[in-house]
Amino acid sequence: MMRAQALLAAGAAAVTVLVAGAAAQTTRQQTTAKDLRPVSSFQSVADQQARSIALFEEAGKVLHHPRCVNCHPATERPLQSDAMRPHQPLVVRGADGHGVPGMTCNTCHHTANFDAARVPGHPQWHLAPASMAWEGRTLGEICAQIKDPNRNGGKDMAALLHHMAEDSLVGWGWSPGPGREPAPGTQASFGALLRAWADAGAHCPPS
Amino acid sequence: MALAIKVNGTIQSVDVDNDAPLLWVLRDALGLAGTKFGCGVAQCGACTVFVDGKPMRSCTLPISALGTREVTTIEGVSGREAEAVQQAWIARDVPQCGYCQSGQVMSAVALLKQVKKPSDRDIDLAMNGNVCRCATYVRIRAAIHDAARALEG
Amino acid sequence: MTTHDVALSRRAMLKGAAGLVIGLYLPEKARAQSGAAHAFRRAAGGADFAPNAFIRIGADDTVTVLIKHIEFGQGPFTGLATLVAEELDADWSKVRAEHAPSNTDFYKNLAFGVQGTGGSTAIANSYDQMRKAGATARAMLVAAAAQSWGVPAREITVERGVLRHTGTGREGRFGQFAEAAARQPVPSDPPLKDPSVFRLIGRDDGSVKKLDSAAKSNGTAQFTIDMSEPGMLTVVVAHPPRFGARVASFDASAARAVQGVVDVKQVPTGVAVYANGTWPAIKGREQLRISWDESAAEKRSSDQLIEEYRALARRPGRIAGAHGDAITTLARAERTIEAEYVFPYLAHAPMEPLDGFLRWDGQRAHARFGSQLQTLDHQAIATVLGLKPEQVELETMLAGGSFGRRAQQTSHLAAELAEVAKAIGPGRPVKLVWTREDDIRGGYYRPLIVHRMRGGLRDGKIVAWTDTVVSQSILKGSPFEAVMAKGGIDATSVEGAKEIPYDIADFRCDLHTTDVGVPVLWWRSVGHTHTGYAVECFVDELLQATGQDPVAGRLAMMGKAPREAGVLRAVAELAQWSGPGPVNGRARGVAVVKSFDSYVAQIAEVSAGDDGPRVHKVWCAVDCGVPVNPDVIRAQMEGGIGFGVGAALYGEVALDEGRPVPANFDTYRVLRIHEMPQVEVRVVNSTEKPTGVGEPGVPPIGPAVANAMARLGLGRPRRLPLVRAVA
Repeated sequence: MMRAQALLAAGAAAVTVLVAGAAAQTTRQQTTAKDLRPVSSFQSVADQQARSIALFEEAGKVLHHPRCVNCHPATERPLQSDAMRPHQPLVVRGADGHGVPGMTCNTCHHTANFDAARVPGHPQWHLAPASMAWEGRTLGEICAQIKDPNRNGGKDMAALLHHMAEDSLVGWGWSPGPGREPAPGTQASFGALLRAWADAGAHCPPS
Repeated sequence: MALAIKVNGTIQSVDVDNDAPLLWVLRDALGLAGTKFGCGVAQCGACTVFVDGKPMRSCTLPISALGTREVTTIEGVSGREAEAVQQAWIARDVPQCGYCQSGQVMSAVALLKQVKKPSDRDIDLAMNGNVCRCATYVRIRAAIHDAARALEG
Repeated sequence: MTTHDVALSRRAMLKGAAGLVIGLYLPEKARAQSGAAHAFRRAAGGADFAPNAFIRIGADDTVTVLIKHIEFGQGPFTGLATLVAEELDADWSKVRAEHAPSNTDFYKNLAFGVQGTGGSTAIANSYDQMRKAGATARAMLVAAAAQSWGVPAREITVERGVLRHTGTGREGRFGQFAEAAARQPVPSDPPLKDPSVFRLIGRDDGSVKKLDSAAKSNGTAQFTIDMSEPGMLTVVVAHPPRFGARVASFDASAARAVQGVVDVKQVPTGVAVYANGTWPAIKGREQLRISWDESAAEKRSSDQLIEEYRALARRPGRIAGAHGDAITTLARAERTIEAEYVFPYLAHAPMEPLDGFLRWDGQRAHARFGSQLQTLDHQAIATVLGLKPEQVELETMLAGGSFGRRAQQTSHLAAELAEVAKAIGPGRPVKLVWTREDDIRGGYYRPLIVHRMRGGLRDGKIVAWTDTVVSQSILKGSPFEAVMAKGGIDATSVEGAKEIPYDIADFRCDLHTTDVGVPVLWWRSVGHTHTGYAVECFVDELLQATGQDPVAGRLAMMGKAPREAGVLRAVAELAQWSGPGPVNGRARGVAVVKSFDSYVAQIAEVSAGDDGPRVHKVWCAVDCGVPVNPDVIRAQMEGGIGFGVGAALYGEVALDEGRPVPANFDTYRVLRIHEMPQVEVRVVNSTEKPTGVGEPGVPPIGPAVANAMARLGLGRPRRLPLVRAVA
């Protein structure tokens, strides 16, 4: 059947319009958060596991944000824009996350955002591996996934926290250029949330 | 800003803004008009050139980001793959209006340099960034297969 | 219209040689870029033979054909040259094609009365004219050879550019006799070949290659946007965000501060930024602060227009075509079926956006661009600059596609080009460039249209048919209105709907013409873009409702439409039609549309894909009379199908309170290679007069896909495009 991102204006128009409405709603919900709560605001949560989960859920506003999910897609094709539509033109992950011969990420995405054309860029612009797909997953699923070295590129917790807090391609999510909503908060506040989550036991939300 | 860039094997001095896309430097400053403007936002591929041998959209590459990398345009593209592609293009009478074809040829050459016998899927993935409003796609596909066969022999 | 009044005379030759002036007027660099200038300069060498306004033969045996129609992909360079070369018995490898200059006397479209291209008329109106031009040149070359060899002309044969006299064993090439041929009298009525002895027309062995493929494969083909000369300013114009708005005031101080920006001027269409190069012009325009007077602007949204159109469609409009009494029969039918089809505004989006070059010294102007209606554009430039037409030269350039966009009944591009030149003053050559955003948001769209169809069924047959069309008029207010719009009916709104190929006893088609402030224009296949869809979807729905096969059911009603029936039978055979399916998840849809006197039937094989219908394969049969260049015909069917699939699946310029929503190819989605179906074309043999192929490949594909979707259980889409992406 057709995906929600593309409506078939066929006989079942009423049904597809509803689907569209739902998709738009989800997108809005996902993109409303502009800020992240500071780690300090979680001190009041006495239970360490509950605090850890709460911290992760706060960080999850970033993990579920289009700036992150678009390049952690469920399929081989990235998403694009705040509406998270399939990337145009058709590009795929390829063997190393950098695309395929003749159409690599840097065929169009150069070393920095080119704001005049609203084309984003970064020296390492590429897709996350399929094992790191977040699209359509719950925070509980993503949490388990990013802790699992078999699905996070062999990272231990220190490496994982470094990736989240320091990696400059991750950091692009907070400087995406005009026409794209930045991820909530800052990379530093995001990193601090995850460090506090780890310090509190790196517990995962139940779902 | 005056800077030196290497295009088609020759170092050229140009006096342009830092943020001027390579496309307009090639076309307006160097008179290399074979590379075409189609969208300005890396959606159509008409401006495809090689940068250090790899296909790139020149409309979104600011000249300041080029550095010492070497540019090859349709005017300078050469080698077995380029010959095979252009011969196949002519043999199939691929072009209609012709405006996108510099970019199509560059993308096809880039594909064949890396994939000797591309499948239809390889062609789809490498070429779908090149829009042809005349929809010469049937012949582009056939010509790429022709060129691959010619390169085998 | 008759082809016999075309001047193929010594007078034509001499006046044609006046083109020499054009050639010499160009500075050296521009001349080198100019095909036409090349021909004229060679003419100055003295050894060339120019028997008429269409042909130059050089001492090097080169046959240059001056093409009166613009080449933007549909193949007139090759097609018209083939017609000449056939009668000339030229060596195809020596044949070249170049655009003719703007000159209505010599180069008018015999179907229009003005110089221009459109309506798929290039081959149709040139068929006799170009053959006669070739035959004239051949006769003069033969006469020259006969004189030189002292043998009777009738004993000389010509083959592939070589003249021979068998008796004396003498032979010579065209180039050797070019000069002598120019001194021969011009024959008044040289005989044309019987089609049975054609060597080039209809040849399909790959030997008649297109003339422009090489230059278009190596980047050397020259388009308007490639023009450059010392002192030239590149100009972009800021147009209003809503149609009909005007500049109230503007602040250009920031724009002027951009390095490379030379000047900023108000022009009738907006605010023009002049710069030393395209990039500074674009950057400068970004810095303009413009206050728009939107008091007269169109502010309705597409959805609002659609509701208004749907309400109008409930009322009878002005009759465009009728026989019998459809309303009464409908009321008495056993069963009636109703369908409403909604079509969006569409941009043409040719790969080369609109552009133009103009040099003006206050006394004379020289314009170069992809003009599709030269006579009108020529006059528009003269009017704006206050010059007489003879003070203006207009040279047609290769253009990166058009699909109707460059055939401007208002000459708005030519006028804007002249206005930007006028505003900066004489002595400053200008190149006007539209960006892709200017193109997609610039109006001159295929109109938004609603069709309300009703069909009456009795005894398993279609007995009544009504179609109420609601659309803006393309012709209203244009120079073509008097010719093509009669009795308040714009023929281009209802072509393909006011008469249909099916025998239905009681029939009615009526039209409401709306007034909307969005400029509209013909879009590849014009009215047939929507009438083909409405008629072919609706007939398919009625056939399905009566349990009839889409092919057999159509054929049963095509007693008075033998050529439509012919292509339908041909395509069914080609596709080995055995019903619509679906089989293994793939269904087949059929459509047949006559447009511009050509007949095209298509069968599309479709499945439901992840993000919309997937069109796997299209079979196509075309009857366009004598096939002049079979491979060009196939190419036009392939391209027309791709263009039509893209529009049907994705094409829409939605208006939000009057503002166009899409801006570039990311939001105005067009077909890409992975979405292109396989295409198999059969060109039906015919001895009828040749007709066009540039447009007729487009209309059937949308309904063929929709009819396949219906068989997949997806319904026949009532509103286009078929895939409506979430923004």
